[in-house]
Amino acid sequence: MYTGKQRAPSGTDRSEKRFNTILAGSGLLIVLLLLAIFATLLLTALPAVKEFGVFFFTGREWDATTETFGALPFLAGTLLTSFLALVISIPFSIAISIFLGEYFKAGAVSTFLRSAVEVLAGIPSVIYGLWGLFFLMPAVRFLEVKLGVAPHGVGILTSSLILAIMIIPFSASIGREVITLVPGDLKEAAYSLGATRFEVIGNIVIPYARSGIIAGILLALGRAIGETMAVTMLIGNSNFLPTSIFSPANTMASIIANEFAEATGVTAASLIYVALVLFLVTMVVNIIGTYVIQKISVEASREVS
Amino acid sequence: MSGIFSKALSLMAVVLALVCFATDAPALDMELLGAGATFPQPLYSKMFDAYNQQYKVKINYQGIGSGGGINQLIRKTVDFGGTDAFMAAKELQAAGAPVLHIPTCLGAVVVTYNLPGNPKLNFTPDAVAGIFLGKITKWNDPKIASANPGVKLPDLPVSAVHRADGSGTTYIFSEYLTKVSREWKEKIGTGKSLNWPASQIGQKGNPGVAGYVKQTPGAVGYVELLYAIQNRMPYGNIKNRAGRFIEPTLKSVSAAANVKIPDDTNVSLTDTEAAAGYPISGFTWLIFYKEQNYGGKAKDRAEALAKLLLWMVGDGQRYVEPLEYAPLSKEAAAKANKLVRSMTYNGTPLMK
Repeated sequence: MYTGKQRAPSGTDRSEKRFNTILAGSGLLIVLLLLAIFATLLLTALPAVKEFGVFFFTGREWDATTETFGALPFLAGTLLTSFLALVISIPFSIAISIFLGEYFKAGAVSTFLRSAVEVLAGIPSVIYGLWGLFFLMPAVRFLEVKLGVAPHGVGILTSSLILAIMIIPFSASIGREVITLVPGDLKEAAYSLGATRFEVIGNIVIPYARSGIIAGILLALGRAIGETMAVTMLIGNSNFLPTSIFSPANTMASIIANEFAEATGVTAASLIYVALVLFLVTMVVNIIGTYVIQKISVEASREVS
Repeated sequence: MSGIFSKALSLMAVVLALVCFATDAPALDMELLGAGATFPQPLYSKMFDAYNQQYKVKINYQGIGSGGGINQLIRKTVDFGGTDAFMAAKELQAAGAPVLHIPTCLGAVVVTYNLPGNPKLNFTPDAVAGIFLGKITKWNDPKIASANPGVKLPDLPVSAVHRADGSGTTYIFSEYLTKVSREWKEKIGTGKSLNWPASQIGQKGNPGVAGYVKQTPGAVGYVELLYAIQNRMPYGNIKNRAGRFIEPTLKSVSAAANVKIPDDTNVSLTDTEAAAGYPISGFTWLIFYKEQNYGGKAKDRAEALAKLLLWMVGDGQRYVEPLEYAPLSKEAAAKANKLVRSMTYNGTPLMK
């Protein structure tokens, strides 16, 4: 808000200062918000924290009628579905990034595919859930009948598949972005040495873009961990430790969404405790992610240069 | 803090004040607030709309679930709550002052399934408990077959599905099973959300359960009668205490309430002795404080609430049946009327 009243030199100085203050204030606000969320969760979860302590992480029982609560099944469910989804999504997202970033950089096909990926990222998760219920569930059920396991149709595998589809656009569009940023000089140098396209991709493009690709994958993991609606519809909501990838299970986000509306007293506090755990897990994943990206980008710059 | 920042802040304060003022103005009109059970929400919407047209009192009811309704009432953020389960002793204690319950209509829970041809099935209480305990695993199990002579049951695995979200539906269903099955009582018990047998599927809401049942041959779940009727889902007859297989209808559900109703209307309508009654039925209640002078509530607001409640268990009952809910019996309506008339403001009765 430069009003023009100030004289030029000191005015610039002052507006510079104001700008800095606003920036610092906004930065501080984010940190405060994070702390406030953490404090609220901790405070409201306190009755459950007092009652179950650290055993909450190892408790396998979730029983509202006897008020015994343990979060292990949900912790396991969240981590299992997210990482399985990540493993399923990686080959596809890398393939799409290379395809759009290296082979079809421009033109109608590229634009069409790119917007298709973006549309995929924008579809609300309840629609993924419905699609999963009407298409993926019968398909997995068919597979389960063929394999001779209990034909639930829903469970770890079904949710991982839907999560994989949901997170591919995220890692793919970031991957494409960083692949297009690989300097042309580097690639041309490699071509001039007689490298094939495959060799250029394997030796130049991927190493150079590695940190960006991994950052995209980690961002996708963050989304998978917190995803609620689609998973609730397809995981089977069984509050027990899964015994195989076909068994129904439950995730942290899903149990909160399911039970919070009707919960009172210790049950509600325990659900908030689950939210606290989810908050911490997301934070740990993010910290690990930042660390990995830093480490890899240092290595990559050393390798390429 | 530098100038621009404080300027921005004061601007924000002005905007905030304007917003507050703007939202304050319509609150001068009477608007009663309610929240709670989702099951009677379509009925309440209809009733409140009709009441508003006739008496010019706005009522805002949010379907956030029975537990939410109880919480909001205890926190005194609403004038009344809605619940499918009578408040537990603990919750009544947390309320701090006496809370009254009045029934507004009846609901029922039905067992729905997906079998080839969807024949009408009869279920004994044993069969229902066995299915949801995970003990009956095939549809041609003698426990199901013996109650259904003439129906050829397939050799399909039984895939039972329950409500994963806490719900009054689960409460009524489990309360019924606790009464009729000793094993259920010991292993699972009664509640809005339960510790279900391992590897049994749960789905969110009536639509979730219904969707799973429709998609899975051999699936069996429980949903509200109203929901099953509206979605044309098949559902079974249940054997009641009198030994008759009863089809769930508005009539048989209302009939379940033909028992003695206590003065506080705290009565379970599952497995009642009524010979023509469907055994998995229950009231849905509205809850409110007996003494209305709390939290700075004006007397005319309390009076408006009392009038609305009287209308709902009186004149308003004519909206119940067209929306396929089961209406209150005369006795239940009379008890509810008496309860509303016991509401006080500063200790003096609100209604004469």
